[in-house]
Amino acid sequence: MESRLALTVDGEEHTIEVDTRTTLLDALRDRIGATAPKKGCDHGQCGSCTVIEDGRRVTTCLSLAVAHDGASIVTASGLSDGDLGLHPMQQAFIEQDAFQCGYCTPGQICSAIGMLAEIADGSPSFVTEDLADPPTLTDAEIRERLSGNLCRCGAYVNILAAVRQATQHSDKGAA
Amino acid sequence: MTNAIGTSTARVDGIAKVTGTAQYAYEHPFTDPVYLHPVQATVARGAVDTFRSDKAESVDGVLAVLSPWNAPRLADVSDPELSLLQGPEVRFRGQIIGAVIATTPEIARHAQSLVEVEYTTDDHDTVLRADHPDRYPEDDPQTIGDDVDEKLSSAQLVIDQRYSTPEEHNTPMEPHTAVALWDPAEQHLTLTTATQGPHSVVDTLAPLLGLEPQQLRVVSPHVGGGFGSKAAPHGHDLVAALGALALPGRAVKYAVTRQQGFVFVGYRSPTRQHLRLGARCDGTLTAIDHESFSQVSPAGTFSESASSISASMYAADARRLVHHLVPLDVPPPHWMRAPGEAPGMFALEVAMDELAVAAGIDPVELRIRNDPDRDPATGNRWTSRRLVECLHEGARQFGWRDRDPHPGIRRDGEWLIGTGMASATYPHVMSPGTKVTIRHDGGGRYTVRTGAADIGTGAWTTLTLISADALRVSRERVTMEIGDSSLPTATVAGGSSGTTSWGSAIVATAEAFRRQHGDDPEAGAQTTGGVSEDPLAEGYTAASFGAHFVEVRVHPGTGEVRVPRMRGVFSIGRVINPRTVRSQLLGGMVMGLSMALHEKSVRDPRFGHVVTQDLATYHVPVNADIEDMDASWLDETDELATPMGSRGAGEIGIVGSAAAIANAVYHATGTRVRDLPITPPALVRD
Amino acid sequence: MRPFDYERATDAADAVARAASRPEAVFLAGGTNLVDHLKLGLVEPELLVDISHLPLAAIEQEPDGTLDIGANVRNADLAAHPAVRRSHPLLSRALLSGASGQLRNLATTGGNLLQRTRCVYFQDVTTPCNKRSPGSGCSALGGHTEQHAIFGASQQCIAVHPSDMAVALAALDAQVSLLGPEGVTSMPVTELHRLPGDSPERDTVLDRGQLITGVRIPPPPAGARHTYRKVRERSSFAFALISLAAEMVVEDGVIASARLALGGVAHKPWRARRAEEVLHGAPAITETFTAAAKAELEQARPLEGNAFKVPMARAMIVAALKELAVETT
Repeated sequence: MESRLALTVDGEEHTIEVDTRTTLLDALRDRIGATAPKKGCDHGQCGSCTVIEDGRRVTTCLSLAVAHDGASIVTASGLSDGDLGLHPMQQAFIEQDAFQCGYCTPGQICSAIGMLAEIADGSPSFVTEDLADPPTLTDAEIRERLSGNLCRCGAYVNILAAVRQATQHSDKGAA
Repeated sequence: MTNAIGTSTARVDGIAKVTGTAQYAYEHPFTDPVYLHPVQATVARGAVDTFRSDKAESVDGVLAVLSPWNAPRLADVSDPELSLLQGPEVRFRGQIIGAVIATTPEIARHAQSLVEVEYTTDDHDTVLRADHPDRYPEDDPQTIGDDVDEKLSSAQLVIDQRYSTPEEHNTPMEPHTAVALWDPAEQHLTLTTATQGPHSVVDTLAPLLGLEPQQLRVVSPHVGGGFGSKAAPHGHDLVAALGALALPGRAVKYAVTRQQGFVFVGYRSPTRQHLRLGARCDGTLTAIDHESFSQVSPAGTFSESASSISASMYAADARRLVHHLVPLDVPPPHWMRAPGEAPGMFALEVAMDELAVAAGIDPVELRIRNDPDRDPATGNRWTSRRLVECLHEGARQFGWRDRDPHPGIRRDGEWLIGTGMASATYPHVMSPGTKVTIRHDGGGRYTVRTGAADIGTGAWTTLTLISADALRVSRERVTMEIGDSSLPTATVAGGSSGTTSWGSAIVATAEAFRRQHGDDPEAGAQTTGGVSEDPLAEGYTAASFGAHFVEVRVHPGTGEVRVPRMRGVFSIGRVINPRTVRSQLLGGMVMGLSMALHEKSVRDPRFGHVVTQDLATYHVPVNADIEDMDASWLDETDELATPMGSRGAGEIGIVGSAAAIANAVYHATGTRVRDLPITPPALVRD
Repeated sequence: MRPFDYERATDAADAVARAASRPEAVFLAGGTNLVDHLKLGLVEPELLVDISHLPLAAIEQEPDGTLDIGANVRNADLAAHPAVRRSHPLLSRALLSGASGQLRNLATTGGNLLQRTRCVYFQDVTTPCNKRSPGSGCSALGGHTEQHAIFGASQQCIAVHPSDMAVALAALDAQVSLLGPEGVTSMPVTELHRLPGDSPERDTVLDRGQLITGVRIPPPPAGARHTYRKVRERSSFAFALISLAAEMVVEDGVIASARLALGGVAHKPWRARRAEEVLHGAPAITETFTAAAKAELEQARPLEGNAFKVPMARAMIVAALKELAVETT
């Protein structure tokens, strides 16, 4: 069964006809050609397909495209416009060598950006000491909150360093 | 020299990767691609009797259904792993026995489920046992020095233990993917596939498909990890190619599912090992007897020889090494990072820890006492053996001094604390045969072309640095082209040999280029060269070495293990790009931690397949599992090994790291674990 | 994946009516479990009724302190809500121990309760499974049983319920609000899920077309302290080998009340009522905690492959209760 839907992807509007069975991930990759979100497991077990949908980080492999009609999606390709160069998180990933094969990387970066927004909103994590207080940006918090993004190359040490670098950048930006 | 080598350099493919624009196999643009989903055997041994595809064929959008009988015929069926859809035989559960090709992936997958297959089944056996009646030694035992049994019987200390490592799957984040397009007019096949060696795919597949090498082009500019599993073509490449031959002019895309990635794209065989160490009271080894067992498939020949590691690691008066193969009804095991060395070193280095305890000697000191002057296996000189310095430096960084060896006595709240260490080694491998073309583009700019592969190792960048120094220009003036079989032949990214083999060929070609074109070449000047043999001098052995130091926390009630601190110090020759080499070493250590604590493919003997066939049930570490971890190296150069002075670094990080963790768990708890992985169930005691 | 129709419900009653109209209709909310199962071929519905856009996404605290949580509240939002963190940190902690940040942004309260077992044989259509295909046999028996049940299993099924959230809700005496063809009803979370018995294909007591519209949690007793512990095979993003939700009130060294539930041990969140009986009115000392764990675990019927769960559960219960007792002021 075909269904028509509209998606805004990295600022560009698309109207596509999809099979009701098509996942949001496959719609992005196969139909729209947005291949920054990767298919690593197709079952919500690796985080490689993470994008930012309507401001929140989500996996896209377990969503049916048809249920996300009208959504606005930002992938790692659309984190900053061409004039501004790379997003500070992307720059930090390069400088800290926070990846090897690069396949999980777009998902890691979207997840890291979404994760920092969640901390800024005061959302707790499993390792937040006291749930009554807003969380602080400890290494343990970053590691726990990025644990939904597997990296088989084992770049976790550098991913932590990259997130640290990116947050310092944004602190400076705010000052 | 421009000294690009040794300068910490960001990856040249970095921007493409962080923006998600680097093209992996599935992502190359094709017009109107079609999608393949395989039919897999649901018996472990037997033959396909009937294959009814009428229901599948009646689904709107299905273009073809390939069966064991109607698929295009191969010219050569001597490779049992790749001779797919050529007949009814089923050698392991999950084997590809058919394929549906359709206009969308959803249709192909659904139609595949409508294919009805009946089988004739035979009894199967998938359980690796050291006492398996069909076991056979791979080679005659390797005996060196005195008689092992005699030395063991007269030894003052004997460690006699059995160890095991489980079946493990490489699980690169990019699942294997192949896109095949047959151009009937040109009689030419293009295969866009995730591979560690484009030319090796051509070499293997072209003869099977009855093609001349120039009729097959393999494209693979970016590869999402491999860890050995993409070092040779597997069934998905062959089936995609058959699909393309069946549908000329259409790009046939086959993205292997994560579950299928636990079947036919390779894995590490489980091992069973028996180690006997004989020693004097002072810990000096008199005998090493290392016997190992791994499984072999009727569809392949790969052998995970775990005992070989004991040939050169330590001095001993007598040694005997033997590896046995057990034929089982399983898919072919294949390369997985440090094949043989990783499981073998686990057993050897846990045994050494047991010897240290038995002798009452510090485990670092024990290794120093048994460090051999020459390679015990051959009597060769070492180009450079600096294990002892790695041990000293690691101990210093970690704060090993004054360690209380008593197990099970340090607590922090509910948790027990322990520390452990192990040595590491990986042989230096140079694969001759790589060809390189260097072209002067004018204005001091060069293009360097070779069919190498970057599977995350940083080859795009490393080879740029090597080229820059070899051509005496800045790295910005070098354009590297790799990842395509239309480039000059290159060897496989495997065995930690990539940088060595490709880099040596680049250096040799740059020298030839200068000889041919002088120091002021014309624009367009071009030279193709390479190295045809390993330059390692006669009478020398080259290998990398290292030492791991680990702190663990163990919850005695639940058996949970955490690794708050881990240090690795390595001797790997000259480091070409410190930034990417550190990543490789850390990545190896993470995989070693994973081997120690997480990874285990559970093959259900009743069905014959791995039932932990996804990333929720086959555990690899998440970010939270990796705490304070670092890798460093000795400042050195080994020009006896390679013209760059470098040695391999891709695999040594995983070697020994699992043993260091197991040894730390012993120190924390007093429980000696000899069977990996060390999961909570393995440590919980009633 | 068989082709299916997709309809977006306009309100809860419409959703129920649409689901009742077709024999093989299922509700779609966050999708994180259903789409997984569609791909694996575990379920083959002919109609998906999308309820994810229904206005069931509010969290309200009533004057008596009862929390009223809409079925569509995302797991991440529920865990982060100030009222939940204040009144029921146990629930927040349980939610945050499950899945990953990006999955918790999708998964809903109702969907989390209805997620199905992660038994590897249930998830593999090539192996027999009574839950997936009644009467075909249980492959877990005699197979890989590390994740399986030690309480309340049957010869037909030894699977466990995978939710962390449901374990906390079971301990907190939460009620599930339902709307069905027969109208509005409610029941305790502890009665929503069932033991497998002879019909393991049924995870819950819900009738076809019944929709979870929300969850209500009564206020905790004064002075209650909570903890949620989870043991798994890596530090994060893994299902529990065992999880434990524990709440205790200690007054003058005596246990005034205690509520315990275990996850990863049964076909449903396992409320440890025998342990609670031992705890009530007893001194808050290690001997009491050990006796409570013993009383509960006497009912355990472990298999060879999951025998470790008995000592593990005992250690977890005792350590958790010690933690709750020690810090009482």
